[in-house]
Amino acid sequence: MSAIQTRPSQLTAGQRFAAVLASRESAVVIVLALLILVATLQNPSFLFGPDGVRDLLLTPSILVPLAVAQAVVLITRNIDLSVASILGLGAWLSASTLANNPGLPLWLVAVGAVVLGAVLGSVNGVLIAVLGAPALVVTLGTLYIYRGLNVLWADGKVVSAVNMPKEFLEFGVGSLLGIPNLMIIALVIVVAVTWYMRSRPSARELYAIGSAPFAATLLGLPSKRRVFMALVASGAIAGLAGFMYAARYGAVDSQAGSGLELSAVAAAVLGGVAIFGGSGTVWGAAIGAVLLVTINRALPILGVPDFWQRAVVGLLILGAIVLDRLLALRHARKLSEIREKEND
Amino acid sequence: MFNEESTSSPGMAIALEMTGVTKSFGAVVALRDGELRLRYHSVHALMGENGAGKSTLVKIIAGLYLPDAGTLSLAGNPVSFKTTADAKAAGVAVVYQEPTMLPHLSVTENIFMGRLPTSRSGNVDRKRMRREARALFDRLGVHIDPDRIADGLSIADQQIIEIAKAISMDARVLIMDEPTAALSPEEVRRLFAITRSLRDEGRAILFISHRFEEVWDLCDTVTVMRDGAYVSTSPLAETTERDVVRQMVGRDVDSLYPRGERTHGNTLLKVHELTSLGVFHDIDFEVRAGEIVGLAGLVGAGRSEVARAIFGVDRYDSGTVELDGTPVRRHDPLHAMGLGLGFVPEDRRHQGLILEFGLSRNAALAVRRMLARLGIITDSRENSLARTWLSRLQVKARALDTPAGTLSGGNQQKIVLAKWLAASPRVLIVDEPTRGIDVGTKAEVHQILADLTHAGMGILMISSDLPEVLGMADRVLVMREGRITAELSHEDADAESVMYAATHSEAVKA
Repeated sequence: MSAIQTRPSQLTAGQRFAAVLASRESAVVIVLALLILVATLQNPSFLFGPDGVRDLLLTPSILVPLAVAQAVVLITRNIDLSVASILGLGAWLSASTLANNPGLPLWLVAVGAVVLGAVLGSVNGVLIAVLGAPALVVTLGTLYIYRGLNVLWADGKVVSAVNMPKEFLEFGVGSLLGIPNLMIIALVIVVAVTWYMRSRPSARELYAIGSAPFAATLLGLPSKRRVFMALVASGAIAGLAGFMYAARYGAVDSQAGSGLELSAVAAAVLGGVAIFGGSGTVWGAAIGAVLLVTINRALPILGVPDFWQRAVVGLLILGAIVLDRLLALRHARKLSEIREKEND
Repeated sequence: MFNEESTSSPGMAIALEMTGVTKSFGAVVALRDGELRLRYHSVHALMGENGAGKSTLVKIIAGLYLPDAGTLSLAGNPVSFKTTADAKAAGVAVVYQEPTMLPHLSVTENIFMGRLPTSRSGNVDRKRMRREARALFDRLGVHIDPDRIADGLSIADQQIIEIAKAISMDARVLIMDEPTAALSPEEVRRLFAITRSLRDEGRAILFISHRFEEVWDLCDTVTVMRDGAYVSTSPLAETTERDVVRQMVGRDVDSLYPRGERTHGNTLLKVHELTSLGVFHDIDFEVRAGEIVGLAGLVGAGRSEVARAIFGVDRYDSGTVELDGTPVRRHDPLHAMGLGLGFVPEDRRHQGLILEFGLSRNAALAVRRMLARLGIITDSRENSLARTWLSRLQVKARALDTPAGTLSGGNQQKIVLAKWLAASPRVLIVDEPTRGIDVGTKAEVHQILADLTHAGMGILMISSDLPEVLGMADRVLVMREGRITAELSHEDADAESVMYAATHSEAVKA
């Protein structure tokens, strides 16, 4: 994004605080906190009701992993519109397998969903990284193809809660130390991917590739391999999200998660991931997803008519992008003034 | 750090040798005979006009292009670079004219990207990386915050980062492709001091520049290229600027160009103190009726930017443009067109034509308002207009609805011309009107331009083709780094005087 980064050691405490506030992630956290506060003031049960905290944590647990997956791909200056369709196949695989084989260990089914997602992601990866086709078009195509496969596979059937093992359904609604199981999985994904994106050389190369693809070529980075792996990772996470989806809703048809791909993109952009790659954080995308889901729950409580709820989300995204643009322009103007002065 | 101990005397060992290297892109031969011999402990200049093949040669050494033929060896060992990573691994680093930074990443990551240092656990070792970056900057004597993001760094600082990168990977061969083009004098001094110390460490440096003062100041040997081929290599002590210019130009500028007697009318286009900060400054000139004014200079001198500002495509900060006494509004191409200004841009494929459209629709673009009846343009009206102009310009195409993208470069250029001529402008700005088109069509374009001036049109012609400028223009303006450094009459202008003004800051206004 546009923030001028300076050495932390040169900053006063106040400046450092201001810098933290200026980062998109913390701005989203603040907006989220305000939203929860206002919704709770309006209707205390939003937070303090019997399921208040639980709902707050459980509802975003499906979109969070999808936003993480999307962020990884967006950072490389690509996009994965097929995540929701992969989620659908992962959900159908999990639900139908468990319905037919109630005795299977859950972890094995989860691994199956991850592997399926990775395979589907690698198809995207081959088309985009190896053949050089534009990600937008490729994943738009696989969005339909994967959903079509899902329809074919499901054959008009629905796997409902009565067909699924009790163990699975309990896992879906259960919690550990007050944190829903699904949110724990989501958090583990966020923490692990955040750590990876910060610390591993290969992940820093993902940023480099997205920041300036030609420069990455000049640097001799293995761009194709990295982009391929980003799409495989995205597919794998989306597959796991499918498993989580089946556990959460207990009923799966061929349309599971349909439309979530755009929510995932919106969450990532809202959380500060640049749509043109090179910047943003995975946890920013995750917190963006939490905000997006929570808005949808809070707006009815605040008495915002149904019609306006989507518009509010749209305005939030536009607002965030306009703000970025303004900051970037101000930054550029300042720099060119400095340079003019230096040259005189 | 690298040190070639046994070879500190002149007569030093050869670091890089290239012989007989060729490279073609389709039918265009970019490099016919690439030859270069770099020695350790040396700063070697590479000079030549635009299009002489310097960049192609550099990109081959950098591993960006694969040569069609020829050999390349490093320290006596034959090498073949298939990727930029190969070249880097062999110890070749390139500092490009416009460095390719990763704008979102920190300065430190920019230096080490591709070989980020890791701790034992395999994580990026940020502390070590920052420490090494600081040490590099200390050594280079510069103050750049290693933690800031690269976005917004000056070109000079970006180059320093590229050099730091080269040192950190201990490159033995350092190629600097016009590094000084965008630097202030102070920044050039700093760069030269660093370059000398790198040379003293024993590295071989190839320095590409158009500035004679700099080459004589910094380098010890010069290789001249022309038209994609090697011309000569000589120690700078044994050669003169005049020799080098002659070798660079190297051909007789003949008078094959249609000029005839021209009578110049009143002033049509008047540009006064036009300035766009950091791009061009105090541009002053006039174009009269029936006159061709040539705008010469090297690529990047700001010529196209001036043209775009005059036509209103780009904004400018101060100054005025008048057409026949009427001020042309800033940043308003429609107004400029309405007053009778036409602009044939440099990149015809992207800026001049809609490649998917047919010929007649392209030709009618500039006059679509005039053609429309009640807001509707019919094919027959477009076609009749197109037929007139396309036959007058002898465009060779099968049908009027042939997509423009399928034509040859020369015919495409004629269609762009037709588009503007249909609007009957009073002043036409043409930017590189004959680049990339064959000799026959080139002569036709020249004839068209000459005919237009006879009909009283004023033409501003930007061209990097020196013979073309010298042959066609009644007056030649030379730009260097955003300023007009010389104004030469047709009689006074020759290859050497134009080249001199394009490469020297203090030039004479004749």
